[in-house]
Amino acid sequence: MSSALRSIGRSSLGWLLPALLLAGWEGASRAGLIPANVLPAPSAVGEAFWKLLWSGELIENIRISTLRALSGFVIGGAIGFALGLANGLSALSRELTDTTLQMIRNIPHLALIPLVILWFGIDEEAKLFLVALGVFFPIYVNTLLGIQGVDPQLVEMGRIYGMPRKELFLRVILPGALPSIFVGLRYALGIMWLTLIVAETISASSGLGYMAMQAREFLLIDVVVLSILIYALLGKLADSLARFLERLSLQWHPAFQTV
Amino acid sequence: MTAATITARHSFANSAFTAPSARIHTPEPAGKLAFSFRNVAKQFGGTEVLQGISLDVYEGQFVAVIGKSGCGKSTLLRLLAGLDKPTSGELAGTDDRRRTRIMFQEPRLLPWARVIANVEVGLTGIAKGEAARQKSLEILAEVGLADRGGEWPSVLSGGQRQRVALARALVGHPSILALDEPLGALDALTRIEMQQLLERMWLAKKFTAVLVTHDVTEAVALADRVVVIDSGRIALDLAIPVERPRRHASPELAFFERQILDQLYNR
Repeated sequence: MSSALRSIGRSSLGWLLPALLLAGWEGASRAGLIPANVLPAPSAVGEAFWKLLWSGELIENIRISTLRALSGFVIGGAIGFALGLANGLSALSRELTDTTLQMIRNIPHLALIPLVILWFGIDEEAKLFLVALGVFFPIYVNTLLGIQGVDPQLVEMGRIYGMPRKELFLRVILPGALPSIFVGLRYALGIMWLTLIVAETISASSGLGYMAMQAREFLLIDVVVLSILIYALLGKLADSLARFLERLSLQWHPAFQTV
Repeated sequence: MTAATITARHSFANSAFTAPSARIHTPEPAGKLAFSFRNVAKQFGGTEVLQGISLDVYEGQFVAVIGKSGCGKSTLLRLLAGLDKPTSGELAGTDDRRRTRIMFQEPRLLPWARVIANVEVGLTGIAKGEAARQKSLEILAEVGLADRGGEWPSVLSGGQRQRVALARALVGHPSILALDEPLGALDALTRIEMQQLLERMWLAKKFTAVLVTHDVTEAVALADRVVVIDSGRIALDLAIPVERPRRHASPELAFFERQILDQLYNR
């Protein structure tokens, strides 16, 4: 009982600092230390939140942004994962593609925005392309690293016991690469939001980034701040989801054992 | 160096040093051949690791292979297990890979599979599903881990992990078990327990055991026959006709141990 309470206490400890910051911010705004046209009080941001929530505008924008983020993530992640597997398992494939990929990797993908706008205009494809490109590399690099890092002694063991290739992959290589793949996944989720917000800020007619840009036009600073806070929450949500999946699939790992 | 075979002295078999009760005789070096090496050589790059090894091992024998590091004893075992191919010469009796299992110094358990699933790996291509589970549970009980099947390998001690590896190696009833210093990383007391377990399993399952070790005491405590390898050749092939159960540090074992050490250090 007390240990359960303690674990709840522990897990909510991370929220203590954000809550304190919010309280301090509210206090400073009320005392007139922070002018409302520089940074509105949290209560004003809260009001903007309610207003946008009831008008349905907020939900719609979050929905559109999330859909874009996830589609881009699925496309880029799937290609990155597939290439990471192929290059981790086949030396031929690695020699053929890795040099090219490493060169592309060193171009900041946001530098492609002007080119992407020329190619795709400001339609959905532009944002999907940028998110997919941003997500691709962390997944690719970490899948490749994970597979190359699988203990060769375990692979040899699997061969000695006569595991067919498919079984060797599913029982030895993939589980061995999984911790590294999760590192890539968490990186990729961060990059996913970052890329999307930048892309929506520059060129979009809907979504969270667009909402923030519109608010700036009309000097609705409370909505701008609200958008930023929502990015933080969405990012945290994605990260928590990834950690949950990690915990679920890496139960065997000493780092995730609670005893 | 020529191979020397030193036969048993009968006076030792009846000496007062052996335990008087529950004597189990080791298998006679007769009957069917389990495997044989005929003039086997192995080179890596330009260096000859093994040269002209000829060795006949009979079914049910417990052979220990001893030598200083780098003498080629692990290579011998890898050839036996089919992990490497000889540069020249012939191996007989090692064609069916499922007949031979190998155990390493590291347990090589899959950290992401429960203990029972790790044992089931030993039944790959032999049994599946409920049958595999049942056999694995039985062998786990035999190595003294009946209630640990549901654990992750990371919570087991080093000795327990090596027991799981032994269970995995034996669950498919191999006829040859190759052991590459499997107890080398264990502490002294755990090692003695594991030696006893290994001997017990060998007596019960009647497989041919080939144990590579650098521990002379371990070799004479377990083996019917000790083969000393020096610079890629067999320098000594010695029968250890001491009855089982053997007692650690008994004068009889010490006698053979001294002979082996003399050979190793050319005294």
